[in-house]
Amino acid sequence: MEKSPAHKKIDEKFPDAVLDAHAQHGDETLIIRKDAILDVAQLLKEDPELQFNFLMDLTAVDYIGRQPRFEIVYIFVSIPNSTRLRVKLQSDDLYPTVKSLTPLWETANFLERECYDLYGIRFDGHPNLTRIMLYEGFEGHPLRKDYPKKKRQPLIGPGAKSSHKH
Amino acid sequence: METKTKTPPEEQFFFTTDEPEFKTKEMLLNMGPSHPAMHGIVKIAVKLQGELVMDADIEIGYLHRAMEKTCEDCTWNQATIYTDRLNYVSPIINNVGYVMAVEKLLGIEIPPRGQYLRTILSELSRIADHMTCIGAAAMEMGAMTVFLYAMKGREFLYELFEDYCGARVTTNATRVGGMPADLPDGWIDKMHRALKEERKIIKEIDGLLTCNRIFYDRIKGVGVMKADDAISYGFTGPCLRAAGVEYDVRKNFPYLVYDQADWSIVVGTEGDNFDRYLVRMEEMEQSARICEQLVKKIPDGPHSVSDKHIMLPDKENTYGNIEGLMNHFKLIMHGHGIRVPSGEAYQAVEGGNGELGFYVVSHPIEGEEEDGCASRPWRVRVRPPCLHLVAGIPHMIKGDMVADVIPSFGSINMIGGELDR
Repeated sequence: MEKSPAHKKIDEKFPDAVLDAHAQHGDETLIIRKDAILDVAQLLKEDPELQFNFLMDLTAVDYIGRQPRFEIVYIFVSIPNSTRLRVKLQSDDLYPTVKSLTPLWETANFLERECYDLYGIRFDGHPNLTRIMLYEGFEGHPLRKDYPKKKRQPLIGPGAKSSHKH
Repeated sequence: METKTKTPPEEQFFFTTDEPEFKTKEMLLNMGPSHPAMHGIVKIAVKLQGELVMDADIEIGYLHRAMEKTCEDCTWNQATIYTDRLNYVSPIINNVGYVMAVEKLLGIEIPPRGQYLRTILSELSRIADHMTCIGAAAMEMGAMTVFLYAMKGREFLYELFEDYCGARVTTNATRVGGMPADLPDGWIDKMHRALKEERKIIKEIDGLLTCNRIFYDRIKGVGVMKADDAISYGFTGPCLRAAGVEYDVRKNFPYLVYDQADWSIVVGTEGDNFDRYLVRMEEMEQSARICEQLVKKIPDGPHSVSDKHIMLPDKENTYGNIEGLMNHFKLIMHGHGIRVPSGEAYQAVEGGNGELGFYVVSHPIEGEEEDGCASRPWRVRVRPPCLHLVAGIPHMIKGDMVADVIPSFGSINMIGGELDR
């Protein structure tokens, strides 16, 4: 398969960053080394030809039972070129840590908080990595495949202690 | 007309001078979640200096229902029902986006008639969405008449949805592989009548608001989000276009049959509340144009794929003969259903508020599914346009008056179901 322009550019600047590439169903996808994400994202954003100036989405997928278990998925969009690029990182750690993209895009703030909240993925360099959808005191990260769905969470708020006893 | 420009807080007010008698204490005010304009589900903590917003922090998650997690326990078609509850003002767009993502995974394309139906229904939903946004935003500023007119306008569209799929809000109007039914008799005439009414109402709202001195002064130059910031905050849809960025999924990444109609992207210049209002008003007209052009071109033929492994049989066959019944059984019962090959796909559609993306992953459950296919989604990720818009609120309201928080919040059309999922 011929390399895409984005793949070529990354290869030029960071020769060992791209681990794999595919274009399944027409979605161009690069799998890159986990610790290279900030550099690669900066290159994608600032390169005058690629111009991936928009961080469209950031999420994770838990492939439990597979090695590596977690995939962190970024979707970049170039508005001037009307192109989309999916960048994936893979990690087998129980609580993967990746570099935060908040220095490049403001929107990474909420997206990374959500990813941390629901998957337990840590983002290094995030200004306020706290839960966003769930509350402080919630136990576990519910979008993980091994989260027990019928688990009861501890009650919070006024009167929680007394009602907990019964 | 002269435009108000935002001045930095220190220059605008005398409170911050060093004279002790003018000093006022900074106050922290929690707006919401139990506040009508916050829809009961968002809390904005604003730091006030007098009436000036110095800083703001936003808290969301009050309506989190674990939609993405729930979808993992559904069959491919069952998950469509949960997408209704995302942006519940334009549910058909959500339905279309999700099933298109699954169809991408399956590698199928539905027949042209189905694509036309999806496009037309999506555009009617967009009109309903924008109408609700404008009506509600105006009501929050005291223009009750506009709200009532807008609700009346939405009703004509909801009747069309009801005629098509039997429901007004929770439409579930698509299936993986096509549409549940063809258009009922007389639907197209009814649509033309509805669009005529719609245009009348748009004109009325326009007369009430656009050149209204009170409305104009209240929202012009307020809640500004410039193009660079809007991109950095991940704004899409009318809010991004109001800042002057020409990005519309329907044009940039064409899907369905949007290229068959003649229409244009609406852009603003300033990115303030007034521009967002104008962009929405004009987009309704553009959507009406798309609908009118496309109904003339709807081709004959089936509206769904004929593959019996994907599409449910017609109800006459399910209840009328054994083959149909077995086909139905094989698609519905636990352990059967549509088999989607493992893989991943991202499909974006232009929702009422911007790019609504579905990142769907199919991955066989180890030990249960050995053919490399899955009968349930492994992961359904929704890229909600609202989350990004809400994240940008603190930036928009900083430096404005506390009374401007409500119109700014109203202008982004925050929909809780989509924000918190």
